[in-house]
Amino acid sequence: MEKTDIETRLRDVLVTELGLDAEKINPAANFETDLDVDSLGVVELLMAMEDEFGVKIPDDEAEHIHTVGEAIDLVHQKLNS
Amino acid sequence: MLLEGKRLLITGITTDDSIAFSAAKVAQEQGAEIVVTNFGRALRLTERAVQRLPSLPPVLEMDITNDDHVAAVMADLDSRWGKLDGALHAIAFAPSDALGGNFLNTPQESAATAFVTSAFSLKTLAVGALPLMQKAGGGSVVGLDFDNTTAWPAYDWMGVAKSALQSVSRYLARDLGRYQIRVNLVSAGPLRTVAARSIPGFDHLHDTWSERAPLRWDSTNPLAVAKMICVLLSDWAPLTTGEVIHVDGGFHAISAPAEEEPQPTE
Ligand SMILES: NC(=O)c1ccc[n+]([C@@H]2O[C@H](COP(=O)([O-])OP(=O)(O)OC[C@H]3O[C@@H](n4cnc5c(N)ncnc54)[C@H](O)[C@@H]3O)[C@@H](O)[C@H]2O)c1
Repeated sequence: MEKTDIETRLRDVLVTELGLDAEKINPAANFETDLDVDSLGVVELLMAMEDEFGVKIPDDEAEHIHTVGEAIDLVHQKLNS
Repeated sequence: MLLEGKRLLITGITTDDSIAFSAAKVAQEQGAEIVVTNFGRALRLTERAVQRLPSLPPVLEMDITNDDHVAAVMADLDSRWGKLDGALHAIAFAPSDALGGNFLNTPQESAATAFVTSAFSLKTLAVGALPLMQKAGGGSVVGLDFDNTTAWPAYDWMGVAKSALQSVSRYLARDLGRYQIRVNLVSAGPLRTVAARSIPGFDHLHDTWSERAPLRWDSTNPLAVAKMICVLLSDWAPLTTGEVIHVDGGFHAISAPAEEEPQPTE
């Protein structure tokens, strides 16, 4: 899957399932500081990503996700390895 | 199957890492029918997590500190099943100023919240379930402990609440035995769950645990804990109540890790 496809699908999940503000979503956006996602929200985000892309994201990998771009990269890397 | 025909209430599933998730999975695999509850924002995560179970259970809202919620869930179970065989209490919460090394500064309200949500709530659940368990001719209530017989780093007022939980379970065992209701705790080693991650500084326990536990310990795998929960919910521990069973790799029995391997037998 291309990064642009991942971005489109992730954006859709963030807006429709997590209720984030579509205007504020871009690869540089930080979940915590820009998108107001708290710790429980991050847990929901990770599960939503796992469901959407059929990947498993263990804790130690999840720790490195701070921005939308990093989330896209992680999914991309998982789907292409 | 161990839990054939059993009808169980399972609290405390937030993600598929939750101890209660593994317990629910094993229970279903062993023939139980379950209803799952959680509260507040976690409920959305619960709805998502249960889709990863072998079969999709109903999910109801129950904040254990809200008597109306508890009554509504019991009414639902009554109309659904007319009885209840077992309940898993997998509920704990302490405000952040009651955890992580702030012991000396924790305000009274925060310590009280930890106690009410994490210890008193076992009484709430057991008494709520009592009429339905009486209809089943008895039942089993299982709670989850982290053994606070000695003090831990970071665990603070949550640890105090766990000591209280142990005591609550013994008094419940005393008062509910006459209805053939058993009340037991499973004392687990550290597991990587949302609750555990919210305790700053609790993390490094994971490594030392495996060094000291004779059977070793994998903090990413709650299966052994789930299996013990299911044993206690089954008919295979009929005269066990007021008990704390450790599923911790044997950590609690050993004072310090061995520096060298013991001599092999000749
Ligand atoms: N993870 C560990 O290392 C460990 C070790 C020993 C014991 N335990 C115990 O196991 C139990 C389950 O925790 P877990 O580690 O699976 O984490 P978890 O975060 O997955 O589960 C804790 C649950 O408690 C629920 N909860 C909190 N307040 C509530 C309320 N007012 N009403 C209803 N539900 C409420 C949360 O929504 C959550 O689902 C807890 O009692 C915990 O103390 C955990």
